[in-house]
Amino acid sequence: MEIEALKRKANALRGDVLRMVTLADSGHPGGALGMADVLTVLFYRFLRHDPLRPDWPERDRFLLSNGHACPILYAILADRGYFPKEELWLLRKLGALLQGHPSTAWEIPGVEVSSGSLGNGLSVALGMAMAARLDGRDSRIYCSISDAECQEGQPWEAATAAVHYGVDRLCAILDWNGCQIDGHTKTVMDVGDLAAKFRAFGWNVCEISGHDVDAIVSSFDAFLGAAGSGRPTFLACRNTLGKGVSFMEDEPKWHHGALSPDELARALSELGVVLPR
Amino acid sequence: MKFARFEGTRDAYGATLAKLGHEDPRIVALTADLAGSTKTSLFAKEHPSRFFNMGVAEADMMGVAAGFAMSGFRPFASTFAVFATGKAWEQVRQVIAYPKVPVRIVATHAGLTVGEDGASHQMLEDLTLMRVLPHMTVIVPADAIEAAAVTRFAASHDEGPVYVRLSREKFPIVLDEGYAFELGKSPILAAGTDVSIVACGVMVSAALQARELLGRDGISAEVVNASSVKPLDRETILASAKKTRAVVTAEEHQVAGGLGSAVCELLAEERPTPVVRVGMQDEFGQSGSADVLLAHYGLDAHGLVAAAKRVLAR
Repeated sequence: MEIEALKRKANALRGDVLRMVTLADSGHPGGALGMADVLTVLFYRFLRHDPLRPDWPERDRFLLSNGHACPILYAILADRGYFPKEELWLLRKLGALLQGHPSTAWEIPGVEVSSGSLGNGLSVALGMAMAARLDGRDSRIYCSISDAECQEGQPWEAATAAVHYGVDRLCAILDWNGCQIDGHTKTVMDVGDLAAKFRAFGWNVCEISGHDVDAIVSSFDAFLGAAGSGRPTFLACRNTLGKGVSFMEDEPKWHHGALSPDELARALSELGVVLPR
Repeated sequence: MKFARFEGTRDAYGATLAKLGHEDPRIVALTADLAGSTKTSLFAKEHPSRFFNMGVAEADMMGVAAGFAMSGFRPFASTFAVFATGKAWEQVRQVIAYPKVPVRIVATHAGLTVGEDGASHQMLEDLTLMRVLPHMTVIVPADAIEAAAVTRFAASHDEGPVYVRLSREKFPIVLDEGYAFELGKSPILAAGTDVSIVACGVMVSAALQARELLGRDGISAEVVNASSVKPLDRETILASAKKTRAVVTAEEHQVAGGLGSAVCELLAEERPTPVVRVGMQDEFGQSGSADVLLAHYGLDAHGLVAAAKRVLAR
């Protein structure tokens, strides 16, 4: 998909995210909007996958370690054909396919790991990358983590081990939006310069605006070019929580919470998304 | 009763895993800076490309093991029981148990018999922590022969995660060579009519010794090897309780939440029977040699004899 089409796609997916969370009357819209651009580029341009064969062993994998941002992942998976789009509107309801956080226990097609408890995903991604190498498969493993997730200890364990084992088919994508449940990350627990920290751990680091589609494309290209470098890649995306909706942008209160019908209408209008009849 | 042979359950595990590595190229082994202690070093020596030391990082190790399992490998993750189930419980719950990922968690150095290292390393709550997790299987081999059989079972068990509890000390051999482990089956090792001793791990050998001592007093004890803590062999335990109408449970573990609790839950709902639970009575251990500690806390043949007489006096 070309650059302009990717931008339009990301915007449409933002509309789906907002409708899902509004219908569910709960969920986490802010981070999902912030990650829409980078995940759209990944899923529509780089990830080698087959929605008709979610278990295809040679596939690349994407793991959403910051599982609460799942509305954007679900919107993408539905749009790519992993399951009917109607499932989106049942998010978080009893018996629904789409759980409040990503679940492989519920066999949601396209979901690669159960997440929701922050800190766990990068280790699983590392295991998958090590397994792919042992198998001689060229699978690339992508894993998003959030900045506040790095307040946990486990990502640093995984960051250490990924370099020790020289896993260069692993790409961590940082959702660096500076917000968390209790407020701005700088106030709650400043995680500092995460790009510099991962660089010090020995990762290849790209620091970009997570809303600059050209830069995202170049960064993923750089990751693919890093095969053989013996180092994992850290794509630090400076994102804006709630991106695309003026009253949500950089407002920690939109970490979670549903929009009112009026707010939804305003948000969709700002995004230029027209609801299907 | 004197036992002729002693062997470490962890030694049997290490040797069996190394052997299985030749039969099954999908087996990988991980440890957290305890290759030598967990005996996964034997696997490492013979299969270096499939061995991964994750350093002192148990949480990461469990996640990486899950990643291997989700990619079609058969991972064995080994460290001390206190770290496997304590430090990494959350990871085991979220990325292994909940999504039913077949990681083989084989933990060594469980229980009081860790000895001199003291309470920080004497894991006495692991059976509770693992047993409460849906999808989790929990096994406590009675001796090295069963440890080898369970290792083989675990390698082929792709249906979900398994927790296997092993120990540091060399334990008496109580089972015959050629013993076949079957999940959910608790073989009666010695029949009796007056009291049932339902034991796991090193307490099985103590139960056999207690049975002999009780026999001198005219009390006939039945010994059940409840190595399969989850799933429990309901039929065998209920039938034994029906026959003897008195039960002693025995485990190198807190009496809360482990085998004793599991047996009490079963009996309370299906066949109320007097029970005395032998184990740690809501306290932590301390430094000392393994034998001295077991005797001090009543986790030996004499403690079981006293418990049997207490339950029969009811």
